[in-house]
Amino acid sequence: MTAKVLTVTSGKGGVGKTTATANIGVALALLGQKVVCIDSDIGLRNLDVVMGLENRIVYDLVDVVEGRARLRQSMIKDKRLPELYLIPAAQTRDKTAISPSDMVRICDELREETDWVLIDSPAGIERGFRNAIAASDTAIIVTNPEVSAVRDADRIIGLLEAEEKGPGKLIINRIKPELVERGDMLATADILEILAVDLLGLVPEDESVLISTNRGNPAALDSKSKAGQAYRDIAGRLMGEPIPFPSLDGTDNLRKRLARLMHRGGGS
Amino acid sequence: MPVEVSVKGIHEGLLITFGEGSWEEAFPSLLNHLDSKPDFFLGANAIVQLGSFPLQVVDLARLRSALADRGMGLRTVLSESPATVNAAKNLGLETSLPPREVPETPLSTELTGSEAVLLAQTLRSGNSINFPGHVTVLGDVNPGAEIVATGSVIVWGHLRGTVHAGAQGDENAVVCALDLSPMQLRIAGFAATSPPRGRSSGPEIASLRDGQLVAETWNPKEKPPAHAGG
Repeated sequence: MTAKVLTVTSGKGGVGKTTATANIGVALALLGQKVVCIDSDIGLRNLDVVMGLENRIVYDLVDVVEGRARLRQSMIKDKRLPELYLIPAAQTRDKTAISPSDMVRICDELREETDWVLIDSPAGIERGFRNAIAASDTAIIVTNPEVSAVRDADRIIGLLEAEEKGPGKLIINRIKPELVERGDMLATADILEILAVDLLGLVPEDESVLISTNRGNPAALDSKSKAGQAYRDIAGRLMGEPIPFPSLDGTDNLRKRLARLMHRGGGS
Repeated sequence: MPVEVSVKGIHEGLLITFGEGSWEEAFPSLLNHLDSKPDFFLGANAIVQLGSFPLQVVDLARLRSALADRGMGLRTVLSESPATVNAAKNLGLETSLPPREVPETPLSTELTGSEAVLLAQTLRSGNSINFPGHVTVLGDVNPGAEIVATGSVIVWGHLRGTVHAGAQGDENAVVCALDLSPMQLRIAGFAATSPPRGRSSGPEIASLRDGQLVAETWNPKEKPPAHAGG
Protein backbone atom coordinates (compact mmCIF):
# COMPACT_ATOMS: atom_id res chain seq x y z
CA MET A 1 0.00 0.00 0.00
CA THR A 2 1.64 3.21 -1.16
CA ALA A 3 -0.26 6.34 -0.37
CA LYS A 4 -1.16 8.98 -2.91
CA VAL A 5 -0.06 12.43 -1.74
CA LEU A 6 -2.44 15.22 -2.74
CA THR A 7 -1.69 18.88 -2.07
CA VAL A 8 -4.69 21.19 -1.92
CA THR A 9 -3.61 24.64 -3.07
CA SER A 10 -5.06 27.75 -4.69
CA GLY A 11 -2.84 30.82 -4.65
CA LYS A 12 -5.66 33.01 -3.46
CA GLY A 13 -6.70 32.88 0.18
CA GLY A 14 -10.20 32.09 1.38
CA VAL A 15 -11.37 30.08 -1.61
CA GLY A 16 -11.93 26.86 0.33
CA LYS A 17 -8.67 24.91 0.57
CA THR A 18 -9.03 23.97 4.21
CA THR A 19 -12.72 23.15 3.77
CA ALA A 20 -11.86 20.97 0.78
CA THR A 21 -9.04 19.19 2.60
CA ALA A 22 -11.22 18.38 5.60
CA ASN A 23 -14.22 17.30 3.54
CA ILE A 24 -12.30 15.21 1.01
CA GLY A 25 -10.49 13.54 3.90
CA VAL A 26 -13.79 12.73 5.60
CA ALA A 27 -15.39 11.55 2.35
CA LEU A 28 -12.49 9.22 1.56
CA ALA A 29 -12.58 7.83 5.10
CA LEU A 30 -16.34 7.23 4.68
CA LEU A 31 -15.42 5.06 1.69
CA GLY A 32 -13.18 2.99 3.98
CA GLN A 33 -9.87 4.61 2.99
CA LYS A 34 -7.01 5.37 5.41
CA VAL A 35 -6.36 9.09 5.31
CA VAL A 36 -3.82 11.42 6.95
CA CYS A 37 -4.49 15.14 6.62
CA ILE A 38 -1.54 17.52 7.19
CA ASP A 39 -1.99 21.20 7.90
CA SER A 40 1.09 22.91 6.46
CA ASP A 41 -0.12 26.47 7.13
CA ILE A 42 2.40 27.07 9.90
CA GLY A 43 1.42 30.07 11.99
CA LEU A 44 -2.17 30.29 10.72
CA ARG A 45 -3.49 26.83 11.38
CA ASN A 46 -7.15 26.15 10.60
CA LEU A 47 -7.55 22.53 9.58
CA ASP A 48 -7.80 21.44 13.20
CA VAL A 49 -10.71 23.83 13.80
CA VAL A 50 -12.58 22.77 10.67
CA MET A 51 -12.24 19.12 11.63
CA GLY A 52 -13.24 19.83 15.23
CA LEU A 53 -9.99 18.46 16.64
CA GLU A 54 -8.36 21.59 18.09
CA ASN A 55 -8.78 20.45 21.65
CA ARG A 56 -6.72 17.34 21.02
CA ILE A 57 -3.48 18.89 19.82
CA VAL A 58 -0.45 17.84 21.79
CA TYR A 59 2.30 17.68 19.17
CA ASP A 60 2.35 19.37 15.80
CA LEU A 61 4.21 19.20 12.50
CA VAL A 62 7.05 21.47 13.71
CA ASP A 63 7.56 19.29 16.81
CA VAL A 64 8.06 16.32 14.49
CA VAL A 65 10.45 18.21 12.17
CA GLU A 66 12.50 19.49 15.09
CA GLY A 67 12.66 16.08 16.73
CA ARG A 68 10.59 16.73 19.83
CA ALA A 69 8.01 14.15 18.81
CA ARG A 70 7.72 11.12 16.59
CA LEU A 71 5.39 11.23 13.63
CA ARG A 72 2.89 8.87 15.26
CA GLN A 73 2.67 11.06 18.34
CA SER A 74 1.53 14.04 16.33
CA MET A 75 -1.22 12.15 14.48
CA ILE A 76 -4.63 12.92 15.98
CA LYS A 77 -7.27 10.26 15.31
CA ASP A 78 -10.59 11.70 14.18
CA LYS A 79 -13.37 11.36 16.74
CA ARG A 80 -15.89 9.98 14.20
CA LEU A 81 -13.90 7.97 11.69
CA PRO A 82 -11.27 5.48 12.88
CA GLU A 83 -8.99 5.67 9.86
CA LEU A 84 -8.84 9.45 9.53
CA TYR A 85 -5.89 11.30 11.08
CA LEU A 86 -4.75 14.91 11.35
CA ILE A 87 -1.20 16.25 11.76
CA PRO A 88 -1.80 19.84 12.83
CA ALA A 89 0.36 22.86 12.07
CA ALA A 90 2.14 24.91 14.71
CA GLN A 91 0.43 28.15 15.67
CA THR A 92 3.35 29.93 17.31
CA ARG A 93 5.88 29.62 14.49
CA ASP A 94 5.92 30.55 10.79
CA LYS A 95 6.54 28.97 7.41
CA THR A 96 10.32 29.06 7.71
CA ALA A 97 10.11 26.50 10.50
CA ILE A 98 9.95 23.65 8.00
CA SER A 99 11.54 23.09 4.61
CA PRO A 100 10.49 21.25 1.45
CA SER A 101 12.81 18.34 2.27
CA ASP A 102 11.19 18.00 5.71
CA MET A 103 7.83 17.52 4.00
CA VAL A 104 9.28 14.95 1.62
CA ARG A 105 10.73 12.99 4.54
CA ILE A 106 7.47 13.01 6.46
CA CYS A 107 5.40 11.96 3.46
CA ASP A 108 7.84 9.19 2.60
CA GLU A 109 7.37 7.87 6.13
CA LEU A 110 3.58 8.05 5.72
CA ARG A 111 3.45 6.43 2.28
CA GLU A 112 3.68 2.89 3.63
CA GLU A 113 1.19 3.48 6.41
CA THR A 114 -1.85 4.94 4.71
CA ASP A 115 -3.89 5.23 1.49
CA TRP A 116 -4.06 8.99 1.16
CA VAL A 117 -2.07 11.98 2.42
CA LEU A 118 -3.91 15.29 2.00
CA ILE A 119 -1.77 18.38 2.52
CA ASP A 120 -3.57 21.66 3.18
CA SER A 121 -1.40 24.36 1.59
CA PRO A 122 -1.32 27.96 2.80
CA ALA A 123 -2.27 30.79 0.45
CA GLY A 124 0.50 32.52 -1.50
CA ILE A 125 3.39 31.40 -3.67
CA GLU A 126 6.29 31.60 -1.25
CA ARG A 127 7.86 29.17 1.20
CA GLY A 128 4.58 27.79 2.50
CA PHE A 129 3.46 26.83 -1.00
CA ARG A 130 6.85 25.33 -1.76
CA ASN A 131 6.72 23.26 1.41
CA ALA A 132 3.25 22.02 0.59
CA ILE A 133 3.97 20.84 -2.95
CA ALA A 134 7.39 19.31 -2.29
CA ALA A 135 6.04 15.80 -1.71
CA SER A 136 2.94 16.10 -3.89
CA ASP A 137 1.94 13.46 -6.43
CA THR A 138 -1.08 15.41 -7.62
CA ALA A 139 -2.07 18.99 -6.92
CA ILE A 140 -5.71 19.87 -6.33
CA ILE A 141 -6.30 23.51 -7.22
CA VAL A 142 -9.28 25.15 -5.55
CA THR A 143 -10.75 28.29 -7.08
CA ASN A 144 -13.91 30.36 -6.96
CA PRO A 145 -15.85 31.42 -10.07
CA GLU A 146 -14.45 34.90 -9.74
CA VAL A 147 -11.86 36.77 -11.78
CA SER A 148 -9.15 37.36 -9.19
CA ALA A 149 -9.34 33.78 -7.88
CA VAL A 150 -8.97 32.42 -11.40
CA ARG A 151 -6.02 34.77 -12.03
CA ASP A 152 -4.24 33.40 -8.96
CA ALA A 153 -5.12 29.82 -9.86
CA ASP A 154 -3.55 30.35 -13.27
CA ARG A 155 -0.38 31.60 -11.59
CA ILE A 156 -0.31 28.59 -9.30
CA ILE A 157 -0.77 26.17 -12.19
CA GLY A 158 2.10 27.89 -13.99
CA LEU A 159 4.30 27.46 -10.91
CA LEU A 160 3.25 23.82 -10.54
CA GLU A 161 4.17 23.20 -14.17
CA ALA A 162 7.51 24.94 -13.66
CA GLU A 163 8.22 22.68 -10.64
CA GLU A 164 7.07 19.66 -12.67
CA LYS A 165 4.25 19.05 -10.22
CA GLY A 166 1.59 20.09 -12.66
CA PRO A 167 -0.87 20.45 -14.12
CA GLY A 168 -3.16 19.30 -11.31
CA LYS A 169 -6.93 18.97 -11.06
CA LEU A 170 -9.46 21.72 -10.44
CA ILE A 171 -12.24 22.20 -7.92
CA ILE A 172 -14.49 25.18 -8.52
CA ASN A 173 -15.95 26.12 -5.14
CA ARG A 174 -18.83 28.39 -4.03
CA ILE A 175 -20.75 28.34 -7.28
CA LYS A 176 -24.06 30.24 -7.27
CA PRO A 177 -26.15 28.84 -10.14
CA GLU A 178 -28.52 31.85 -10.27
CA LEU A 179 -25.61 34.24 -10.79
CA VAL A 180 -24.05 32.05 -13.48
CA GLU A 181 -27.35 31.92 -15.30
CA ARG A 182 -27.67 35.71 -15.16
CA GLY A 183 -24.16 36.03 -16.53
CA ASP A 184 -22.94 37.70 -13.33
CA MET A 185 -20.67 34.84 -12.36
CA LEU A 186 -18.03 33.06 -14.41
CA ALA A 187 -19.31 29.83 -15.94
CA THR A 188 -17.38 26.59 -15.60
CA ALA A 189 -16.60 26.62 -19.32
CA ASP A 190 -15.05 30.11 -19.08
CA ILE A 191 -12.84 29.05 -16.18
CA LEU A 192 -11.72 25.85 -17.88
CA GLU A 193 -10.92 27.78 -21.05
CA ILE A 194 -8.36 29.89 -19.20
CA LEU A 195 -6.98 27.32 -16.77
CA ALA A 196 -7.02 24.33 -19.16
CA VAL A 197 -6.74 21.62 -16.49
CA ASP A 198 -8.93 18.60 -15.73
CA LEU A 199 -12.01 19.23 -13.60
CA LEU A 200 -12.25 17.29 -10.34
CA GLY A 201 -15.28 18.85 -8.71
CA LEU A 202 -17.97 21.55 -8.73
CA VAL A 203 -19.10 22.65 -5.27
CA PRO A 204 -22.12 24.93 -4.86
CA GLU A 205 -22.30 27.81 -2.40
CA ASP A 206 -23.96 26.26 0.65
CA GLU A 207 -24.54 27.80 4.05
CA SER A 208 -24.26 24.37 5.62
CA VAL A 209 -20.50 24.73 5.12
CA LEU A 210 -20.31 27.76 7.41
CA ILE A 211 -22.42 26.05 10.04
CA SER A 212 -20.43 22.83 9.87
CA THR A 213 -17.11 24.70 10.12
CA ASN A 214 -18.23 26.48 13.25
CA ARG A 215 -19.25 23.16 14.78
CA GLY A 216 -16.18 21.26 13.64
CA ASN A 217 -18.32 18.74 11.72
CA PRO A 218 -17.27 18.70 8.05
CA ALA A 219 -20.25 18.96 5.67
CA ALA A 220 -19.34 15.67 3.98
CA LEU A 221 -20.78 13.95 7.07
CA ASP A 222 -24.15 15.61 6.44
CA SER A 223 -26.23 13.65 3.92
CA LYS A 224 -28.52 16.64 3.36
CA SER A 225 -25.73 19.10 2.51
CA LYS A 226 -25.34 19.90 -1.19
CA ALA A 227 -21.71 20.89 -0.70
CA GLY A 228 -21.19 17.73 1.32
CA GLN A 229 -22.53 15.69 -1.60
CA ALA A 230 -20.17 17.49 -3.97
CA TYR A 231 -17.21 16.53 -1.77
CA ARG A 232 -18.41 12.93 -1.57
CA ASP A 233 -18.55 12.96 -5.39
CA ILE A 234 -14.99 14.29 -5.47
CA ALA A 235 -13.83 11.45 -3.25
CA GLY A 236 -15.57 9.00 -5.57
CA ARG A 237 -13.82 10.47 -8.60
CA LEU A 238 -10.48 10.23 -6.81
CA MET A 239 -11.24 6.54 -6.30
CA GLY A 240 -11.79 6.21 -10.04
CA GLU A 241 -15.59 6.20 -10.18
CA PRO A 242 -17.00 7.99 -13.25
CA ILE A 243 -19.33 10.34 -11.36
CA PRO A 244 -20.92 12.93 -13.67
CA PHE A 245 -20.67 16.61 -12.83
CA PRO A 246 -23.81 18.48 -11.79
CA SER A 247 -24.97 21.17 -14.16
CA LEU A 248 -24.79 24.08 -11.74
CA ASP A 249 -26.18 26.64 -14.14
CA GLY A 250 -29.77 25.94 -13.14
CA THR A 251 -30.85 23.87 -16.14
CA ASP A 252 -32.04 21.03 -13.94
CA ASN A 253 -35.43 22.67 -13.99
CA LEU A 254 -37.21 21.53 -17.18
CA ARG A 255 -39.36 24.62 -17.43
CA LYS A 256 -36.34 26.87 -17.18
CA ARG A 257 -34.61 24.77 -19.82
CA LEU A 258 -37.48 25.17 -22.27
CA ALA A 259 -37.66 28.89 -21.60
CA ARG A 260 -33.95 29.19 -22.43
CA LEU A 261 -34.38 27.29 -25.68
CA MET A 262 -37.22 29.54 -26.78
CA HIS A 263 -35.27 32.66 -25.84
CA ARG A 264 -32.28 31.51 -27.86
CA GLY A 265 -34.38 30.79 -30.93
CA GLY A 266 -36.07 34.20 -30.87
CA GLY A 267 -33.31 36.62 -29.91
CA SER A 268 -29.98 37.41 -31.53
CA MET B 1 35.91 20.01 -100.64
CA PRO B 2 33.15 21.76 -98.75
CA VAL B 3 33.81 22.68 -95.17
CA GLU B 4 31.18 22.30 -92.56
CA VAL B 5 29.71 25.65 -91.53
CA SER B 6 27.81 26.09 -88.36
CA VAL B 7 25.80 29.17 -87.47
CA LYS B 8 24.60 29.64 -83.92
CA GLY B 9 22.61 32.47 -82.40
CA ILE B 10 24.27 34.02 -79.40
CA HIS B 11 23.63 37.15 -77.40
CA GLU B 12 25.79 39.35 -79.60
CA GLY B 13 24.53 38.00 -82.92
CA LEU B 14 25.23 34.98 -85.10
CA LEU B 15 28.38 33.02 -84.35
CA ILE B 16 29.81 31.35 -87.44
CA THR B 17 32.24 28.47 -86.92
CA PHE B 18 33.95 26.17 -89.36
CA GLY B 19 34.89 22.50 -89.45
CA GLU B 20 38.17 21.01 -90.74
CA GLY B 21 39.61 22.59 -93.81
CA SER B 22 41.51 25.56 -95.19
CA TRP B 23 40.24 29.06 -95.66
CA GLU B 24 40.17 28.57 -99.42
CA GLU B 25 37.63 25.81 -98.87
CA ALA B 26 35.85 27.36 -95.94
CA PHE B 27 35.05 30.72 -97.50
CA PRO B 28 33.06 29.36 -100.46
CA SER B 29 31.33 26.90 -98.15
CA LEU B 30 30.24 29.80 -96.00
CA LEU B 31 28.85 31.69 -98.94
CA ASN B 32 26.97 28.63 -100.12
CA HIS B 33 25.55 28.14 -96.67
CA LEU B 34 24.41 31.73 -96.46
CA ASP B 35 22.90 31.68 -99.92
CA SER B 36 20.87 28.60 -99.14
CA LYS B 37 18.76 30.58 -96.69
CA PRO B 38 19.11 34.22 -97.72
CA ASP B 39 16.26 35.65 -95.65
CA PHE B 40 17.33 33.92 -92.48
CA PHE B 41 20.54 35.91 -92.13
CA LEU B 42 19.23 39.27 -93.29
CA GLY B 43 20.07 42.05 -90.84
CA ALA B 44 22.10 39.87 -88.51
CA ASN B 45 25.39 40.72 -86.84
CA ALA B 46 28.04 38.16 -87.64
CA ILE B 47 30.79 36.97 -85.33
CA VAL B 48 33.15 34.71 -87.22
CA GLN B 49 35.34 32.17 -85.40
CA LEU B 50 38.39 31.95 -87.64
CA GLY B 51 40.29 29.46 -85.49
CA SER B 52 43.85 29.14 -86.81
CA PHE B 53 43.21 30.47 -90.32
CA PRO B 54 46.05 32.82 -91.25
CA LEU B 55 44.21 35.69 -92.91
CA GLN B 56 45.36 39.01 -94.16
CA VAL B 57 43.63 42.33 -94.39
CA VAL B 58 42.49 41.65 -97.95
CA ASP B 59 40.91 38.32 -96.94
CA LEU B 60 39.04 39.88 -94.10
CA ALA B 61 37.89 42.74 -96.31
CA ARG B 62 36.51 40.27 -98.85
CA LEU B 63 34.77 38.40 -96.04
CA ARG B 64 33.22 41.59 -94.77
CA SER B 65 31.97 42.63 -98.24
CA ALA B 66 30.58 39.18 -98.94
CA LEU B 67 28.64 39.24 -95.69
CA ALA B 68 27.48 42.82 -96.33
CA ASP B 69 26.20 41.79 -99.77
CA ARG B 70 24.03 39.26 -98.05
CA GLY B 71 22.72 41.76 -95.51
CA MET B 72 24.94 40.78 -92.60
CA GLY B 73 27.20 43.06 -90.66
CA LEU B 74 30.66 41.79 -89.69
CA ARG B 75 31.86 43.43 -86.52
CA THR B 76 33.82 40.77 -84.72
CA VAL B 77 36.21 38.01 -85.70
CA LEU B 78 37.71 35.57 -83.26
CA SER B 79 41.10 34.13 -84.10
CA GLU B 80 43.96 32.18 -82.59
CA SER B 81 46.38 33.51 -85.18
CA PRO B 82 48.19 36.71 -84.12
CA ALA B 83 48.55 37.71 -87.75
CA THR B 84 44.82 37.46 -88.31
CA VAL B 85 44.14 39.37 -85.13
CA ASN B 86 46.45 42.15 -86.30
CA ALA B 87 44.84 42.27 -89.67
CA ALA B 88 41.41 42.45 -88.11
CA LYS B 89 42.45 45.33 -85.90
CA ASN B 90 43.85 47.18 -88.90
CA LEU B 91 40.47 46.77 -90.54
CA GLY B 92 38.69 48.16 -87.48
CA LEU B 93 37.14 44.85 -86.52
CA GLU B 94 36.66 43.70 -82.95
CA THR B 95 38.66 40.65 -82.01
CA SER B 96 36.86 39.60 -78.84
CA LEU B 97 33.37 39.49 -77.48
CA PRO B 98 32.43 41.99 -74.81
CA PRO B 99 32.32 40.49 -71.34
CA ARG B 100 28.84 39.24 -70.59
CA GLU B 101 27.01 40.66 -67.64
CA VAL B 102 25.65 37.31 -66.64
CA PRO B 103 25.18 36.98 -62.84
CA GLU B 104 27.29 34.29 -61.24
CA THR B 105 24.36 32.74 -59.41
CA PRO B 106 20.88 32.33 -60.79
CA LEU B 107 18.12 34.59 -59.44
CA SER B 108 17.22 33.33 -55.96
CA THR B 109 13.80 33.31 -54.32
CA GLU B 110 15.25 32.47 -50.92
CA LEU B 111 14.39 35.00 -48.22
CA THR B 112 16.17 35.60 -44.93
CA GLY B 113 13.63 37.33 -42.67
CA SER B 114 14.46 38.49 -39.16
CA GLU B 115 15.02 37.06 -35.66
CA ALA B 116 11.96 35.62 -33.95
CA VAL B 117 11.23 33.23 -31.11
CA LEU B 118 8.42 30.67 -31.01
CA LEU B 119 6.71 29.70 -27.76
CA ALA B 120 4.66 26.58 -28.33
CA GLN B 121 2.67 26.83 -25.09
CA THR B 122 0.11 28.89 -23.29
CA LEU B 123 1.53 31.70 -21.15
CA ARG B 124 -0.06 31.64 -17.73
CA SER B 125 -0.42 34.46 -15.24
CA GLY B 126 3.06 35.34 -14.04
CA ASN B 127 4.86 34.03 -17.14
CA SER B 128 6.77 36.65 -19.06
CA ILE B 129 8.92 36.72 -22.19
CA ASN B 130 11.32 39.50 -23.06
CA PHE B 131 12.90 39.14 -26.52
CA PRO B 132 15.06 41.30 -28.84
CA GLY B 133 13.10 40.38 -31.95
CA HIS B 134 9.63 39.10 -32.84
CA VAL B 135 7.59 36.78 -30.63
CA THR B 136 5.14 34.14 -31.81
CA VAL B 137 3.00 32.21 -29.34
CA LEU B 138 1.25 28.96 -30.28
CA GLY B 139 -1.31 29.04 -27.51
CA ASP B 140 -3.06 31.56 -25.27
CA VAL B 141 -1.63 34.48 -23.34
CA ASN B 142 -3.61 34.49 -20.08
CA PRO B 143 -4.36 37.62 -18.05
CA GLY B 144 -1.34 38.31 -15.87
CA ALA B 145 1.11 37.05 -18.51
CA GLU B 146 3.37 39.53 -20.26
CA ILE B 147 5.22 39.76 -23.59
CA VAL B 148 7.85 42.42 -24.30
CA ALA B 149 9.34 42.32 -27.80
CA THR B 150 11.44 44.77 -29.80
CA GLY B 151 9.62 43.53 -32.90
CA SER B 152 6.10 42.34 -33.61
CA VAL B 153 4.01 39.89 -31.58
CA ILE B 154 1.77 37.20 -33.03
CA VAL B 155 -0.49 35.12 -30.80
CA TRP B 156 -2.09 32.07 -32.35
CA GLY B 157 -4.71 31.91 -29.64
CA HIS B 158 -6.42 34.24 -27.15
CA LEU B 159 -4.38 37.30 -26.22
CA ARG B 160 -5.70 38.38 -22.83
CA GLY B 161 -2.47 39.42 -21.12
CA THR B 162 -0.19 42.41 -21.51
CA VAL B 163 1.89 42.94 -24.65
CA HIS B 164 4.48 45.53 -25.60
CA ALA B 165 5.63 45.34 -29.22
CA GLY B 166 8.27 47.64 -30.70
CA ALA B 167 9.58 47.96 -27.16
CA GLN B 168 12.66 49.91 -28.27
CA GLY B 169 10.71 52.38 -30.35
CA ASP B 170 9.85 50.57 -33.58
CA GLU B 171 6.53 52.13 -34.53
CA ASN B 172 6.11 49.68 -37.40
CA ALA B 173 5.71 46.71 -35.06
CA VAL B 174 2.30 45.06 -35.04
CA VAL B 175 0.35 42.79 -32.71
CA CYS B 176 -1.80 40.04 -34.19
CA ALA B 177 -4.02 37.54 -32.39
CA LEU B 178 -6.80 35.11 -33.17
CA ASP B 179 -8.65 36.79 -30.30
CA LEU B 180 -7.26 40.25 -29.54
CA SER B 181 -8.44 41.04 -26.00
CA PRO B 182 -5.32 42.24 -24.19
CA MET B 183 -5.35 43.81 -20.74
CA GLN B 184 -2.99 46.40 -22.09
CA LEU B 185 -1.40 46.74 -25.52
CA ARG B 186 1.59 48.89 -26.36
CA ILE B 187 3.39 49.56 -29.61
CA ALA B 188 6.57 51.63 -29.21
CA GLY B 189 5.55 54.49 -26.89
CA PHE B 190 1.78 54.25 -27.37
CA ALA B 191 -0.53 52.31 -25.08
CA ALA B 192 -4.17 51.32 -25.13
CA THR B 193 -6.53 49.09 -23.17
CA SER B 194 -8.96 46.71 -24.78
CA PRO B 195 -12.50 48.05 -25.02
CA PRO B 196 -15.10 45.74 -23.46
CA ARG B 197 -16.31 43.44 -26.15
CA GLY B 198 -19.01 40.81 -26.45
CA ARG B 199 -18.44 37.96 -28.84
CA SER B 200 -14.96 37.56 -30.25
CA SER B 201 -14.51 39.39 -33.56
CA GLY B 202 -12.10 36.94 -35.11
CA PRO B 203 -8.43 37.43 -35.96
CA GLU B 204 -7.26 41.02 -35.68
CA ILE B 205 -4.13 43.09 -36.18
CA ALA B 206 -3.21 46.09 -34.07
CA SER B 207 -0.86 48.73 -35.45
CA LEU B 208 0.12 52.37 -35.12
CA ARG B 209 -1.51 54.69 -37.66
CA ASP B 210 -0.67 58.39 -37.35
CA GLY B 211 0.09 58.14 -33.68
CA GLN B 212 -3.08 56.16 -32.93
CA LEU B 213 -3.30 52.52 -31.95
CA VAL B 214 -5.89 50.86 -34.16
CA ALA B 215 -7.13 47.29 -34.28
CA GLU B 216 -8.61 45.97 -37.48
CA THR B 217 -10.07 42.69 -38.59
CA TRP B 218 -7.37 40.71 -40.32
CA ASN B 219 -7.77 41.09 -44.05
CA PRO B 220 -5.37 38.88 -45.99
CA LYS B 221 -5.64 41.15 -49.01
CA GLU B 222 -4.28 44.16 -47.15
CA LYS B 223 -0.55 44.09 -46.54
CA PRO B 224 0.72 44.85 -43.05
CA PRO B 225 2.51 48.22 -42.71
CA ALA B 226 5.86 48.33 -44.52
CA HIS B 227 8.77 46.95 -42.47
CA ALA B 228 6.42 45.36 -39.89
CA GLY B 229 8.74 42.40 -40.13
CA GLY B 230 11.90 44.37 -40.58
